[in-house]
Amino acid sequence: MTLIDLANPTRFLALTARVLPWLAAATVALLAIGLYQSAVAPDDYQQGATVKIMFIHVPNAWLSMFVWGVMSIASLGTLVWRHPLADVAAKAAAPIGAAFTFLALLTGSLWGRPMWGTYWEWDARLTSVLILFLMYLGLMALWRAVDDPARAARAAAVLTLVGAINLPIIKFSVDWWNTLHQPASVMRMGGPALDRSFLIPLLVMAIAFTLLFVTLHLAAMRNEILRRRVRSLQMIQASRIAFSSELGAGPREGSASKGAGTA
Amino acid sequence: MTALAALIRRDIRIALRVGGGALIGVLFFLTVVVLMPFAVGPDLALLSRLGPAILWLGALLASLLTLDRLFMADHEDGSLDLIAMSRTPLELACAAKALAHWLAAGLPLIIATPVLGLLLNLDMVATGAVALTLLAGTPALTFTGMIGAALAVTLHRGGLLMAVLVLPLSIPVLIFGVAASQAAIVGPMSFGAPFSILCALSLVSLVVGPFAAAASLKHGLD
Amino acid sequence: MRLCGSGLTCVRGGREVFTGLDFDAAAGEAIAVVGRNGSGKTSLLRLIAGLLIPAGGTIALAGGDAELTLPEQCHYLGHRDALKPALSVAENLSFWADFLGGERFDAAESLAAVGLDHASDLPAAFLSAGQRRRLSLARLLTVHRPVWLLDEPTTALDVAGQDMFGGLMRDHLARGGLIIAATHAPLGIESRELRIGGTA
Repeated sequence: MTLIDLANPTRFLALTARVLPWLAAATVALLAIGLYQSAVAPDDYQQGATVKIMFIHVPNAWLSMFVWGVMSIASLGTLVWRHPLADVAAKAAAPIGAAFTFLALLTGSLWGRPMWGTYWEWDARLTSVLILFLMYLGLMALWRAVDDPARAARAAAVLTLVGAINLPIIKFSVDWWNTLHQPASVMRMGGPALDRSFLIPLLVMAIAFTLLFVTLHLAAMRNEILRRRVRSLQMIQASRIAFSSELGAGPREGSASKGAGTA
Repeated sequence: MTALAALIRRDIRIALRVGGGALIGVLFFLTVVVLMPFAVGPDLALLSRLGPAILWLGALLASLLTLDRLFMADHEDGSLDLIAMSRTPLELACAAKALAHWLAAGLPLIIATPVLGLLLNLDMVATGAVALTLLAGTPALTFTGMIGAALAVTLHRGGLLMAVLVLPLSIPVLIFGVAASQAAIVGPMSFGAPFSILCALSLVSLVVGPFAAAASLKHGLD
Repeated sequence: MRLCGSGLTCVRGGREVFTGLDFDAAAGEAIAVVGRNGSGKTSLLRLIAGLLIPAGGTIALAGGDAELTLPEQCHYLGHRDALKPALSVAENLSFWADFLGGERFDAAESLAAVGLDHASDLPAAFLSAGQRRRLSLARLLTVHRPVWLLDEPTTALDVAGQDMFGGLMRDHLARGGLIIAATHAPLGIESRELRIGGTA
C-alpha cells in the first residue's frame, strides 16, 4: 500500500476496515495497562491521590495540541497538494480534538479544585487551553455553516493554518498577561524531575490516548466519506428525476446530465 | 394553532440544521465572556463582582447578533410574502417566529450560563440568580430585537444599523437584569422588586414587539 | 365568483407605474397580464395579493368566502420560490400546507403531479431551478385557493414541465378557479390578454 493507494477513498475504506479492529484492540489493551499502572502508582507526598488526575489530564492536553497539528498538516494537504482525503481528515479531526481539549479543561479544573479552592483559575496554561477549545468550536461552526464540503474545506484549511501560526502567539500573550497580573505562578505541574513511577504510566497513557485518537479519527473519516457518498448519491438522484421527467422534452437533457457529472 | 406550531417547528429545525445559526450564538456568548478577563485582568474577586454584568452584556450581544436574520432570510426567499398573505395574522406569525428564535438561540444561552459562571468565579447563588434573570429577561431582548429585525427588512440592510436601532431599546432590560442579579448576590436591595420589573418588561415586549414588527413589515414588503 | 379592479393606481418609489387600470375576471377564466418590462405586471399581482397598497382604486372579489380577505383566498407564485434549502422537499411542502391552512389535498399526490414524487426526502438545496419551481407548484395543488396569482410561472420550466403546468391550470379553471398570470411567454392555455403600460 503506497500513499497513492490511500488517496483513493474506496481503497481507504477497504484498508481501514481491516486495520480498525486491530487498532481498537491495541487501544483498549494499552488503556487497560495504563489505567492499572496509574492506579498502582504511589500517591504524591504533597497532592495525595489527586495527582492521579495527571494520568488522564496530561494525555488529553497533549492530544489537544497534537490534533491541531494533524489538522494543520491535513489543511496543507487540502490547499497545496489538493489531496482528496485531506479535507476529510481535517473535518473528522475537529470534533475529536475539541473533545480531548474539553477533557483536558475538565480534568484540569477538577485537579485545580483542591489546590485553588475554585474550579476555575485564570491560570496561563488552562486559559490557553480554553482559547484552543474556543478555536476548535469555531472551526466546527465553520464546517457546519457551509453546506458544500469542498467550499467549507478551503475556508477551514485557511483558518486552521492561521490558527497554527497564531497559537504560539496566543500562548505567549496569555503567559505575559498572566504573569503581569499574578507574579507567582499558581500551579507547578509535577516539576521537571518526574519520578520513574509516574513517568512510565504517563507515557503508556499518552501512547494509549494517541492510539485512541488514531482509531477514532479513522472511524470518523470513514463516516465522513460515507456521508459524502450519500450526499452525492442524493444529488445524482435529484438530477435523475430531472432527467426522466425531461426525457420527452429533448433540448433540456444537456443540463441534467451536466448536473450528474458534477455530483 | 397548527399554522403557528408549523412555523415554530420549521424555524427551530432550520436553526439546528447545517447552516443554521442557533449554536453560533452560544459560541459567541462564550467567546465574549472569555475575552472579558483579558481586558479586566484575572483577579477572581473582581471577576465575580463584574460577573453578572459580563454575562448580561454577552447575552445581549449574542441574542442581538443572531436576530439579524430573523426576517431577512424569509424575505430573501419570498416566504415572507406568503406569510403576510396567509390566514394567520402577521402579528401572531411574528410572535411565533420570535418564540422559535428564543427557543433555538435564547434558551441555549441560559443553559450555558452555569458553565460561564464557573469561569467568572460566581458561586451557586449568583449563577442561579443570573440564569433566572436571563430566563426572565432574554424574551424581552428577542421581542424588542424583533422590531429591529423587521426594520432591517424594510430598509434592506441589517447588521450594524439594526444593532444601533435596537441597543438603546434594550437598556431598561439590561438595567433591571443586572440589578436583580446584583441584588440576589450582594444586596442591599431585595431581589423581588427589580426582578418583577424585569418580568414586566418582558411581558410588555411580548405584546408590543409583534405589533411593531408586523406594522413595519406590512409597509416594507414591496 | 368575480374579481374586479377599477381605477387602480400604483406608485412605487415616487414613480407612477400605472394609473386608472381596470380589469375583471370571472370564475373559470385566465387573464394573461402582458406588457413591456417595468410596466407594472408584478406590481399588479402584488396589489391583488395585498403585498402593495394601491395609491388609488379598489380591488374586490365578489362571490368568494365572505369570512376571508382577498389575499387569504389567493395563491401567490412569485419570482422567488419560498423554499428552505435546509429542509427536505416533503418538509417544505408540508410546512406550507400546515401554515397556509384551509382545504387541503394529499401532499404526496401533489408531488407526483409535478413529477417530484421520488424526491420527497431530498434536501431542497439539491434541486435545480426547474425542480424548485415544480415544488412551488405542488404548494398550489396541496392547499386550495380559488385565485392563483402567477408571476412568470413558466420560467425555469422545461417543455414537459410547461405542458404539465398547462394541464394543472386547466384543471384549476375547470373547478371554477381563477388565474391571473403575468407573463412574457405564451401561457399555454386559453386566456384573455390584459395589456398594461401601452404596447410592447
